[in-house]
Amino acid sequence: MTLQDTNTAAARAPHIGQAHRRQTARRHLAGRGRFVSDIVLPRMLHAAFVRSPMARGRIVEIDTRDAEQSPGVVRVFTARDLNPSCKPWTGTLDHFASMVSAPQNILAEEEVLWAGHPVAMVLARTRAEAEDACELVMLDIEEGEACVDGHAALSGDAPRAAPGLDSNLCFQTVLETMAVDAAFAGAAHVVEGDFTFGRHTAVTLEPRSVVADFDAASEQLTVHHGTQTPYQFQDIYARHFGLSESRVRVIAPDVGGSFGMKLHLYNEEMAAVAASLKLGRPVKFVADRLESFVSDIHARDHKVSARMALDAEGTILAMEVDDMTQIGAFSTYPRTSVAEGNQVVRLMGAPYRMPDYRGRLSVVFQNKVQTSQYRAVGHPIACAVTEALVDKAAARLGVDPFEIRARNVVPDDAYPFVSATGYSFEKLSHEACLAKLRDLMDYDALRAEQAALRERGIYRGIGIAPFVEITNPGAAFYGVGGARISAQDGAVVRLTPSGEVQCAISVTEQGQGTETIISQIVADQLGVAPEQVKVTTGDTDTTPSGGATWACRGAGIGGETALRAGRKLQGQILALAGQILQSDPADLALADGHVVDAQSGTRRMPLAEIGRIATYRPDTLPEAADNSLTAAEHFAPSGYPFDFTNGIQASLVEVDVETGIVRLLKHWVVEDCGRIINPLLVDEQIRGGVVQGLGPALFEECLYDETGQMTNASLADYLVPMACEMPDIVIGHVETPTNDTILGAKGVGEAGTAAAGVAALNAVNDALSPFKAEIRQTPMTPLRILAALGHV
Amino acid sequence: MKSPAFDYIRARSVAHALETYRSLDGEGVYLAGGHSVVPSLTLRLQAPAALIDLSGIDALTGISLDDGWLRIGAMTRHAEVAADPMIRDHAHLFHLAAPHVAHPAIRNRGTIGGSLSLADPASEFPAVALALRAEMEVAGHDGVRRVKADDFFLDIYETAMDPGEILQAILVPPVRAGDVAVFDELARRRGDYAMVGAAVQAMVDAGRVADISIAFFSVGNKPTRAGAAESALRGARLDDATIAAAQSALDADLDPSDEPQMPASVRRHLARVLLGRLLGHLGTTA
Ligand SMILES: Cc1cc2nc3c(=O)[nH]c(=O)nc-3n(C[C@H](O)[C@H](O)[C@H](O)COP(=O)(O)OP(=O)(O)OC[C@H]3O[C@@H](n4cnc5c(N)ncnc54)[C@H](O)[C@@H]3O)c2cc1C
Repeated sequence: MTLQDTNTAAARAPHIGQAHRRQTARRHLAGRGRFVSDIVLPRMLHAAFVRSPMARGRIVEIDTRDAEQSPGVVRVFTARDLNPSCKPWTGTLDHFASMVSAPQNILAEEEVLWAGHPVAMVLARTRAEAEDACELVMLDIEEGEACVDGHAALSGDAPRAAPGLDSNLCFQTVLETMAVDAAFAGAAHVVEGDFTFGRHTAVTLEPRSVVADFDAASEQLTVHHGTQTPYQFQDIYARHFGLSESRVRVIAPDVGGSFGMKLHLYNEEMAAVAASLKLGRPVKFVADRLESFVSDIHARDHKVSARMALDAEGTILAMEVDDMTQIGAFSTYPRTSVAEGNQVVRLMGAPYRMPDYRGRLSVVFQNKVQTSQYRAVGHPIACAVTEALVDKAAARLGVDPFEIRARNVVPDDAYPFVSATGYSFEKLSHEACLAKLRDLMDYDALRAEQAALRERGIYRGIGIAPFVEITNPGAAFYGVGGARISAQDGAVVRLTPSGEVQCAISVTEQGQGTETIISQIVADQLGVAPEQVKVTTGDTDTTPSGGATWACRGAGIGGETALRAGRKLQGQILALAGQILQSDPADLALADGHVVDAQSGTRRMPLAEIGRIATYRPDTLPEAADNSLTAAEHFAPSGYPFDFTNGIQASLVEVDVETGIVRLLKHWVVEDCGRIINPLLVDEQIRGGVVQGLGPALFEECLYDETGQMTNASLADYLVPMACEMPDIVIGHVETPTNDTILGAKGVGEAGTAAAGVAALNAVNDALSPFKAEIRQTPMTPLRILAALGHV
Repeated sequence: MKSPAFDYIRARSVAHALETYRSLDGEGVYLAGGHSVVPSLTLRLQAPAALIDLSGIDALTGISLDDGWLRIGAMTRHAEVAADPMIRDHAHLFHLAAPHVAHPAIRNRGTIGGSLSLADPASEFPAVALALRAEMEVAGHDGVRRVKADDFFLDIYETAMDPGEILQAILVPPVRAGDVAVFDELARRRGDYAMVGAAVQAMVDAGRVADISIAFFSVGNKPTRAGAAESALRGARLDDATIAAAQSALDADLDPSDEPQMPASVRRHLARVLLGRLLGHLGTTA
């Protein structure tokens, strides 16, 4: 077969549902990626920051004179120089009633509020020269008392984490049904536990990076920004620097991972923009690993007390949960640092019929790096607390972990269903997933092996954890709270003069393969091969505005947008073809790059011919013919406020009970993300997500001392999970498409992360059960496991 | 994480390196594999005027046998230490330890001489040198001297070398009949610096421990010989009671510091567990 033949054959098959490799992979393998860090512009300056060495203090003096004389230095800026150009930002939203946070600006003004808070910016010809000069900036800071621990921060006489706060409480809410107390009073069994979830951080392959380029002559600000949400930043830069939106262009070229970390506003990016506006020169900032640890958002940091009431048969009656989320000195902007805790208290018990619930959330300030949304916002915490308690209940009742879950999950035929926390589920598949997992992992054989090995002093454990994931968020997420964060996405699909297809779309690509699935979807609407669809993302000047990448929306919302735009263009092409061929458009279809007879499939004319006539010979068309060959669609989910997905994970571990070292032997996931567009990429998302869930369960933790210093802020000491430690991950699927969209796809990006950690936690506790030992803190370090075993 | 500017000088010979070092008046730093020096520059922990590259000096390379002693040139890369058949046969402990040192990319550049000169108490090779009772061949302006491993490691990042002296080679004593070596470490991730590690070189004769040297790393401010544990074992049969006695004796040998993430008591516990396992392994290997 010639290449031409392969392409035509491929075009006939539907591409939705097929495994296609990521289209960007070859370019990246060839070293032809173009990341913000690769961008070099004429007259570009490099920025480095002088940061507060302490967690809390009052700035007495910043002496920049020596630094200004340092070779290569162009300017040294402090708050006085930059902050007046920028309207302060405050990380609150209206739908989180009465939440508070102090306003922020680019550089610390009078007080420093965390170790790492930027106080001065050096601009030099090279980053090395900028770093040389940073060492010459003399900081005189009077050290103050820092708030480090959340519980202590809430006591009345605790110092305030930021100026102007009445207390260190950022937000508090209680969610409850009527009969919680009665449920506990009448329960046959109550299990409970206090849990601690450490802080961790994203550690993207490419750190945060920005090149801000203000051209004073055209009054145009172009920001090359390694972000997942270019339109959000276009809006922020325009409003906070008083520019008109059309004069602000944000371009996100290749982005090396984001995971939620790259959608928050950071001091350094704002500083780069402010400096470029001031100097009229391009300014580049690329965070290095050390400053990433003290300036990228951190995640989690929860202390949770929880209990669960069950009847004598093991039916879950109610949960009562108290979550304290510790967020740093400010709530992040523009999404707040409350969304995480809010999802924690709303996702508790999500897979179960549990009728009653009380969840209390306290979000607390402290003098540390801000925490905020990170892959699987809130999910791992809710899932861990719920599933750890379910396992405790199973042990108490002497029931198998599968059995107790089977008794409690919402049955597959009971949908739609509203959870005790108020979430509406369209249709989930817990029962099917439970059954499939049990098969996939050969559960009974594993239990037999576990028992046999225990005789020989080898302690293996098996943990399982069903989960529910929030995907395809509509405007209920942020929009109702007043945030200028788009819940809709947009696509423009064009047929080119030579009959090829271009799709410009607002969802973005950070390595997950968004562009590939969009090309598959569009290809199927227009009867071409995905390779013939060129997808453009990440440029506010050339793509329509939209939410981009957050909270699992690329496939479910972006995909639906592309599908609808593709269908619209299909209609236009068929109408035009009908006029050219003197046929009824209803008798025509698109396949193999041609307009074909819908009934017989006989080719009537190539798409290239449509393109040619519409472009070069519109004079031959009837007067009213639409020869634009361009269709735009914008789509926002209506129907359910979110499309929930579900699944279940299992972990097999071996615990060395003398050293506390855990070996992950194997991991299983059965997942239901609705219509699968590309099984290869879905499985990659799940595997990556699982690893990101296992990392903080066993290794990753931002450690602080009692003065608020992060003590392991380098990759030598902060342990990310590496290939050697990760188990094989076996994946199975159940497909329950959503009826909210034509495509039927839900999200999958966060599923792996949601339950991987607690699957491992439950497995470790299963392994430790002969010793009556139990661990309720992550990461599960050897030290903590040895402590649980009473060795130390 | 960009280093301050520095000069780079490629030394042609040991004499040239020594002379260059002297001419820089304390502002020079030797460069071997660079996997400790270069990170320290980019972290701005030190800012020398010049790096003096030792990697082109012939006298620092090569592995040879001389009168039963194995001579390992200081510039021998970790990867060669792992793969070289002479090291496998005549300095088996280095062979066993090498795969635990960092990751393949680092082992391709890092050198045994760099590791021993740096004297990081968490490093594998210094402990191996102790357990093997190796000797260091050190060159200075007054000529070449040999320093026993027991006298070489003084403190954290501190050795018996004077500033400017160069480690030329590591000399490993001849192999004896009945020699067995075991090595292991407890690390959270493969390739990390260990929570605790130990190298054991023993001579076992008819089930009895005729001779043994045990060196721990990551347990204090330098690699540490476990003298009391060695005494408990020397001359004894390797049974459970002996192993337990050696484990208890460790309390006298090790004095780890208390750290928030690793209290001294936990490190002691881990050291006992590791020693027990290594001795059990020794019993089956011998
Ligand atoms: C990510 C990472 C992980 C690592 N993990 C481990 C690990 O698990 N275990 C471990 O042991 N090491 C580890 N290392 C350190 C690595 O093995 C180093 O390379 C090694 O310890 C030093 O060897 P080098 O050849 O790189 O020396 P260099 O970095 O070039 O030099 C080290 C020091 O020794 C001096 N020096 C070097 N050679 C000589 C000589 N011949 N005479 C006198 N002075 C000399 C130098 O001036 C310098 O002070 C790791 C390094 C990295 C980057």
